[in-house]
Amino acid sequence: MSEPMTLDNSFEQAEKGTSLWQDAWIRLRKNKLALFGLGVIVFLCVIALLTPYIAPYGYEEQDLQLGASPPSAAHWLGTDIFGRDMLTRIMYGSRVSLMVGFIATGVALVIGVLWGTIAGYAGGRVDAVMMRLVDILYALPFMIFIILLMVIFGRNILLLFLAIGAVEWLTMARIVRGQVLSLRRQEFIEAAVSLGLSRWTIIRRHLIPNTLGPVIVYTTLTIPSVMLLEAFLSFLGLGIQPPQSSWGLLISYGVETMEEYPWLLIFPGLTLSITLFALNFLGDGLRDALDVRSSKD
Amino acid sequence: MFRFMLSRLLQAIPVLLVVITATFFLVRAAPGGPFSAEKAVPPEVIKALEAQYKLDQPVWQQYISYLGDLTQGDFGPSFRYPGRTVDELIAGGLPITAELALYAMLVAIIIGVSAGVFAALRPNTPQDYVPMSAAMVGICMPSFLMGPLLVLIFGIWLEWLPVSGWGDLPGDKLLPAITLGTGYAAFLARLSRGGMLEVMSQDYIRTARAKGLPEWVVVLKHGLRGGLIPVVAFLGPAFAGLLSGSFVVETIFQIPGLGRFYVQAAFNRDYTMILGTTVFFATLIILFNLLSDIIAVWINPKLRHQVQGGS
Repeated sequence: MSEPMTLDNSFEQAEKGTSLWQDAWIRLRKNKLALFGLGVIVFLCVIALLTPYIAPYGYEEQDLQLGASPPSAAHWLGTDIFGRDMLTRIMYGSRVSLMVGFIATGVALVIGVLWGTIAGYAGGRVDAVMMRLVDILYALPFMIFIILLMVIFGRNILLLFLAIGAVEWLTMARIVRGQVLSLRRQEFIEAAVSLGLSRWTIIRRHLIPNTLGPVIVYTTLTIPSVMLLEAFLSFLGLGIQPPQSSWGLLISYGVETMEEYPWLLIFPGLTLSITLFALNFLGDGLRDALDVRSSKD
Repeated sequence: MFRFMLSRLLQAIPVLLVVITATFFLVRAAPGGPFSAEKAVPPEVIKALEAQYKLDQPVWQQYISYLGDLTQGDFGPSFRYPGRTVDELIAGGLPITAELALYAMLVAIIIGVSAGVFAALRPNTPQDYVPMSAAMVGICMPSFLMGPLLVLIFGIWLEWLPVSGWGDLPGDKLLPAITLGTGYAAFLARLSRGGMLEVMSQDYIRTARAKGLPEWVVVLKHGLRGGLIPVVAFLGPAFAGLLSGSFVVETIFQIPGLGRFYVQAAFNRDYTMILGTTVFFATLIILFNLLSDIIAVWINPKLRHQVQGGS
């Protein structure tokens, strides 16, 4: 009784190769820059999550007698004109900046993947109409539209997520549709159809999981562009509003006083740049690791 | 070719109509009238103002008459600058923004393309890594950070260049153009490197070398033509980006261009100005996308044959 079982086991082991994901992970591990990027992102996320517990000072804690002071032992990154600790402000800002990055990208991801999959799978006239709409939206000057939305409906953080997400899903939809179109003709989909699975099950269980590679790569590259957009809007005064804080807002404050207190510009700017850097490196690394053809442009 | 251009032009019209309609109704749906921020104004005055700006008519009538005015190039009066029309404001700001965008584009193309081509000649060597890492820095350094930093270093610390203005002092156009151009230079560098890498491994490049042509002729004449196709395709969208980038750069450097008008209009809730500039920007962007599509077909024989083949 025990013998066939061990046989079974060894048979399974012989068949077991490296999966796509293991393969990708092995390739990614060799890419030092991408690993560095991953490390930075994980580090930042942990910091952002733990900020309320580990921030050295309170978010609104002022020391008016101190005023703006350069970096020191008590305040590693200096203080702003109200004597508020810069490190603390950047940490709290990271919560908003990262949240915008992830949530808005999430919105774009959901819309884009669903849209692309349905268009690619349905094909024919449905596909033509859906992709035509994407083409039309592509031609719109979206930066202007986001500004318009923020002006008209007030500077609301939820709206910001939606507006940015609504802009960024277009490329995702195109990429996914392309993938689905080529997957649709493959035998395992035919097999699924002949097994009598419903359309929705096929889309959910067989099509979407197979488009994951390019989707992951493009998602990683969308996050930095979303964060940039948020910082851009906040810089113009149309994004995140005080008392909330984001890196873009801190940079815009820093610009006002950069002549006297340059560290108020340099530190938030550096934080934003390093984060964007890390995300871009990670995205490029993932693209190579998952062997996705250049799909960003 | 002509049919291709015509069909692209016809496709642009519904896009433009969508933009105008969406913007118009969004602006009309905005809470608070354009005059509500003012101090207590007698109702008769508000009535008169509304009549003057045709706000007393039903929305669809306003829409029709706005469309009618647009076809004659009339963007209507400004809500915030009494006695001035949106046309005048646009006409005042446009040359400045266009000049800025042009210089920025020159900066981007000259620096970006040469860096990209240079890097592609020796891939995976320091000659490749150094410019490409610089490009990465350029991409990750947003203009609203790059601009102030440049001002801080060259304007305030070194006192080499003026910190703001446009055409008032010698050299004051340099920093804005560089600020706006660098990000695109970085992008163009990556695109042209990718394009060149692909082209330089093609058979016809080997043929050109086998003919005994000097390397610079091979690169500049045979390589560039194919390698720059992705760059040309990007120029249209890049122009759109330059326009929105001008919002920030014109604000930082206090340049009285269209971008600064737009941001101010957004803050002042100058609805006709917002509507007018949005429609105007959209038209420009659509036109430039069209133009870059046409140029891309024109310089790429493969696409040209496809188009002429009728498919």
